[in-house]
Amino acid sequence: MFYGSGVLRGMLVTLKNMIQSYFCKPEDGGLFTSQYPEKRLPEKERFRNFPFLIYDKEPENLRCVACDICAKECPPKCIYIIRDFDTDGKPLKKPKIFDIDLTVCMNCGICEEACPFDAIYMDHEFEISGRERQGSLLYHKDDLLKSNEHFHKIRPTDAAAIDTRRQEDEAKKQAVKKEPPKPPSTAS
Amino acid sequence: MDQLFVGIKTALLSMLGTFMPDWLVTVHSVLISATGIAIFGPLTMMYLTLIERKVVARMQNRLGPNRVGKFGLLQPVADGIKMLTKEDIVPYKADKLLHLLAPITIVVPALMVFAVLPFGRGMIAADLNVGILYFLAVSSTTTISIFIAGWGSHNKFALLGAMRAVAQMVSYEVPMVLSLVPALMIAGSLSTGAIVAAQAERWFAFTPWGFVAFIIFYLCGVAEVNRSPFDLAEAESEIVAGFHTEYSGMKFALFYMAEFMNTFTISALAATIFLGGWHGPFLPSWFWFLLKTYILIFVMIWFRGTLPRLRIDQLMGLAWKFLLPMALVNVVVAGFWYMSSGVIRTFGSIACLVVAFMVLTALNRPYVPEKREYTFAEN
Ligand code: SF4
Ligand code: SF4
Repeated sequence: MFYGSGVLRGMLVTLKNMIQSYFCKPEDGGLFTSQYPEKRLPEKERFRNFPFLIYDKEPENLRCVACDICAKECPPKCIYIIRDFDTDGKPLKKPKIFDIDLTVCMNCGICEEACPFDAIYMDHEFEISGRERQGSLLYHKDDLLKSNEHFHKIRPTDAAAIDTRRQEDEAKKQAVKKEPPKPPSTAS
Repeated sequence: MDQLFVGIKTALLSMLGTFMPDWLVTVHSVLISATGIAIFGPLTMMYLTLIERKVVARMQNRLGPNRVGKFGLLQPVADGIKMLTKEDIVPYKADKLLHLLAPITIVVPALMVFAVLPFGRGMIAADLNVGILYFLAVSSTTTISIFIAGWGSHNKFALLGAMRAVAQMVSYEVPMVLSLVPALMIAGSLSTGAIVAAQAERWFAFTPWGFVAFIIFYLCGVAEVNRSPFDLAEAESEIVAGFHTEYSGMKFALFYMAEFMNTFTISALAATIFLGGWHGPFLPSWFWFLLKTYILIFVMIWFRGTLPRLRIDQLMGLAWKFLLPMALVNVVVAGFWYMSSGVIRTFGSIACLVVAFMVLTALNRPYVPEKREYTFAEN
């Protein structure tokens, strides 16, 4: 071929693309962008964004026991937890303060993996922009608390699996409680 | 329709003529043309930015700006407001005067060259008898402004960009002017009006020498206005933004304005000299002129959507080793065309040009070292 024919071939590719963008469907090489605020793509179940705290039935009944594992594991250290105490000064199994700084959170999902009590999961919410720099993005316990139903709604597969596992664990615990532990046998 | 704008101007002038002395009417005639250009230039620039963004977006399977107004038609206005209200930052060590001077001096020649463009039958602001020379002389002062910008900014990237720009523009000026010589020889005039008139029967681009000259001129034009793939002067992936690295707000907008107006005027000049200017059937002459110009602008945008940036040695090589000899051959071929006639005229010229093209590409073939044979090493 002659000098410059490669340029011409390249230009034909872009011209084809341009013409297709007007007349073709996305499957045949047309426009595939969707106009976001008006049209939304369906959310993928495994999409993850910022964490939320899960509760069963009512918000007082949250699963978090303030063990501080997630705060230790969080790579950018954006979780801040203070344990709650009752009037006698005895530690309670729930957090008094549970803050996550969403300006720092990097959406890694490590808190979800680290939590041994199934208490923290990644949410699908991503439209969290606010008018000031910090305030509205520092989420407190009340902002983070969401029900198990919400979890079922956004991630049905995971939620169902976790619920069955929790029920089995619960059943095992009950069984253990009912039968008093056998005395250790002296035989053998 | 054809004489719409000319008619408006004459009507205005005759209205003024009822109560003004003759010399004042002449002054107003100049002022009306100047105002028309001063409105048309920036307006073209504003909408060229939109067209460019739209077309490039479509080539990349996107939609482009479509939020402000219908089809994004108010986007340029929004951009303008943003540019005007932006903070104007002058670097601490910059030469304040030169920093300010560069964007101003770059816009003025970009607007001045509009004067010799024949927009339609009788629609030329000033039909100078040295129109082409005027165009080339005035538009080449852009180089100085770009260098002022790079020097005045006291920034290494700006200076690098400016030096690249100067090297590039000075190199491409040579084949560009030489590619115009055949057209001037055949038309026998430097005036843009006369060149358009000489193309009444046949556009110059439809003759062998005209076709080659058109391609050379167009490529040089693209390089001259610093557009991709010759946009080394503002290569954003290498030197931030080249010579306008340190500019923001309205000063930056002025650089952009100059660039887009130059794009328009270079395309318009190519259309004038090689594509028959405002000649065309049925439709009004100014419409034909704008149509041809916008087609050429579209091709420039198309280049931008397609081609990656050249390396500096490729850029210089293209100008000096390929375009310049080709333009020189073309001048000779045009002379041959002018002197001979009949079949030999057409075929002789085409043969000459094809042979020259072949020889030049063969000479320009990049050196590829032979594959080395390793005698002892294992494969
Ligand atoms: S998602 Fe990652 S960064 Fe965000 S809170 Fe959890 S562990 Fe920290
Ligand atoms: S969310 Fe889980 S890991 Fe974090 S403090 Fe609560 S129980 Fe512990």
